[in-house]
Amino acid sequence: MFDDEKINEIKRERERWEKTTLPKWIRQCPECKSEFRNHSGMLIKRVYTPEDIKALDYLRDLGFPGEYPFLRGVHATMYRGRLWTMRMFAGYGTAEQTNKRFKYLLKEGETGLSTAFDYPTIMGYDSDHSMAKGEVGICGVAISSLKDMEILFDGIPLDQVTTSMTINGPAPMLLAMYVAVGDRQCVPREKIGGTTQNDNLKEFFAQKLCIFPPKSSVKLTTDIIEYCARHLPRWNPVSISGYHIREAGATALQELAFTIYDGIAYVESTIERGLKVDDFAHRLSFFFASHNDFFEEIAKFRAARRLWAKIMKERFHTKNPRSMWMRMHVQTSGCTLTAPQPLNNITRTTIQALAAVLGGTQSLHTNSFDEALCLPTEEAVRVALRTQQVIAHESGVTNTVDPLAGSYYVEALTNEMEEKAMEYIQKIDDMGGAIAAIEKGFFQKEIADSAYRYQMEIDEKKRIIVGLNEYTIEEEECPIKLLRIDPKTEKEQVIRLQKVKRERDNRKVKEVLEKLHYTAEKDENLMPTVIEAVKVYVTLGEITEVLREVYGEYKELIVI
Amino acid sequence: MQSTRKIRVLIAKPGLDSHDRGAKVVARALRDAGMEVIYTGLRQTPEQIAETALQEDVDVIGLSILSGAHKALFPRIMELLKQKGLTDVMVFAGGIIPEEDIPEMKKLGIKGIFGPGTPTETIIQFTLENVPKRT
Repeated sequence: MFDDEKINEIKRERERWEKTTLPKWIRQCPECKSEFRNHSGMLIKRVYTPEDIKALDYLRDLGFPGEYPFLRGVHATMYRGRLWTMRMFAGYGTAEQTNKRFKYLLKEGETGLSTAFDYPTIMGYDSDHSMAKGEVGICGVAISSLKDMEILFDGIPLDQVTTSMTINGPAPMLLAMYVAVGDRQCVPREKIGGTTQNDNLKEFFAQKLCIFPPKSSVKLTTDIIEYCARHLPRWNPVSISGYHIREAGATALQELAFTIYDGIAYVESTIERGLKVDDFAHRLSFFFASHNDFFEEIAKFRAARRLWAKIMKERFHTKNPRSMWMRMHVQTSGCTLTAPQPLNNITRTTIQALAAVLGGTQSLHTNSFDEALCLPTEEAVRVALRTQQVIAHESGVTNTVDPLAGSYYVEALTNEMEEKAMEYIQKIDDMGGAIAAIEKGFFQKEIADSAYRYQMEIDEKKRIIVGLNEYTIEEEECPIKLLRIDPKTEKEQVIRLQKVKRERDNRKVKEVLEKLHYTAEKDENLMPTVIEAVKVYVTLGEITEVLREVYGEYKELIVI
Repeated sequence: MQSTRKIRVLIAKPGLDSHDRGAKVVARALRDAGMEVIYTGLRQTPEQIAETALQEDVDVIGLSILSGAHKALFPRIMELLKQKGLTDVMVFAGGIIPEEDIPEMKKLGIKGIFGPGTPTETIIQFTLENVPKRT
């Protein structure tokens, strides 16, 4: 963007500045650290100039929004045309309680649903399983059968809202139940829109809610990608997730690189299935965290878009520009919230949400200030949603597309993120791919090391967390009201489940479970049979049990 | 002769939740402080935890849970430890355990409860001060 002569002049001037002006200031007001680094460990310069982006070619490296390499955004008009989807992750107790929370959030102006399931559901256990004891409805909503799902979406027309479901191992079952609810509402399947997280790879090293071994897990992910490509054109079959990688302790750079690599693995597994890349790649979606370091996060989101576009074009030879789009959902980072002085979390969340918006996200969840202590109360979740609305309607940042483009610092950091992520991708390629890297414990070790380093920095006060290791106060008691889950939830849920099991056609249940067993053994796509099963009220636990028999269970590789 | 046996600690994850970042960081910090640390891995039943504690002959157990199921699971774990005669093992816990549940947890015999944001040094010191004396 700059000619050599100009760059040389800037260089000369910078050197002069460093010899004349700078030393005086440093003498008077020494810098507070000997070096400044972001979370990814990148050395941050005192000041950035055109020298730092001298190789940047505007048309090649930035381009225009809505065009390759999509650095400036996947849409040409971005938020001038349409705001991001305000999608608050919600779920607790019974389906009735979460249905009420969904309706409350929609009334308060959220524009998409996002479902949090409880741990038994996530692990494929019905609410009456011995492993579910004490966990039913605690960290999310309990869904064991289609009956629960019907209640969850009661009075919510599925052709008018899109729904994201944070579910991985049992994603086929939950998607099947959603489709069944849509069928019952007479919504044509081509109008059903939403997302299943369905990113099983990251489970093995980040979220760790794995049920089946890696190969079978990827098979299930691919089943949904294939099924959606053929039958659910508006569904995002997978949300390739960096969020959990980050929350487990990874740096921004590791989050970026490992997430992109998981994306590569799913594209490969689906091509192996016999699909053409442009049959499905346009529906792949991504999910990132937005942590504390403002510019590092913005650079990560921007780099992610350009890197994915390049990979889709150069590695997978896609022809359709939409297959090169990285559409993303962002959640502000849960692990940055502090239990002491919980109201400070509103400020943290605001900064993180702003980074996501300046980074060009399509969808956003903002955490509630009480989430280091409990699931959010109605008041806390409203403040979190209002935070997005304030950014959207009051701050003015939506008036232009990608407002930070051209910043010497942001562009230099974006380039560095991309280059270093490519180095990781090369390394994982050399290791033999994502599953090989999981089996070697590579991702696990990288993340555990970063998590430990981060904690040590906090313990040693090299990193200040306001209200936690600095600016602390004596809090006699918790200053905010906390949400408690009604202890009757588990009992009510088990009673409903038993009633469903009594009243359904148990002969049909047996038949379809046998068919499922056969389909799984034959390695066919499970989706049609799973839909058939949930419609006759076969439970989530019963389906998972059959798959556990066929695929076996994953045994955790422990890496400290 | 003075025994040189290192303090043996079991870091255990009961419940279905998979938030092991804290458990692993604590395991590593205790190990770096010179203790012998065994980490169970995720989703251990109370029976598995008690059995591992017995087999590994530990002095200390650190329970990590963020799923909210501590009220269902901790009483069972403490009961099983008693049944196995492990009454002299010091038990502490960490994770998301609401303030109002702490007295009930302490009554079960859990010596210390550490919420999110606790410095690892605090846990190391607590362990050193409360580890039962070997006879």
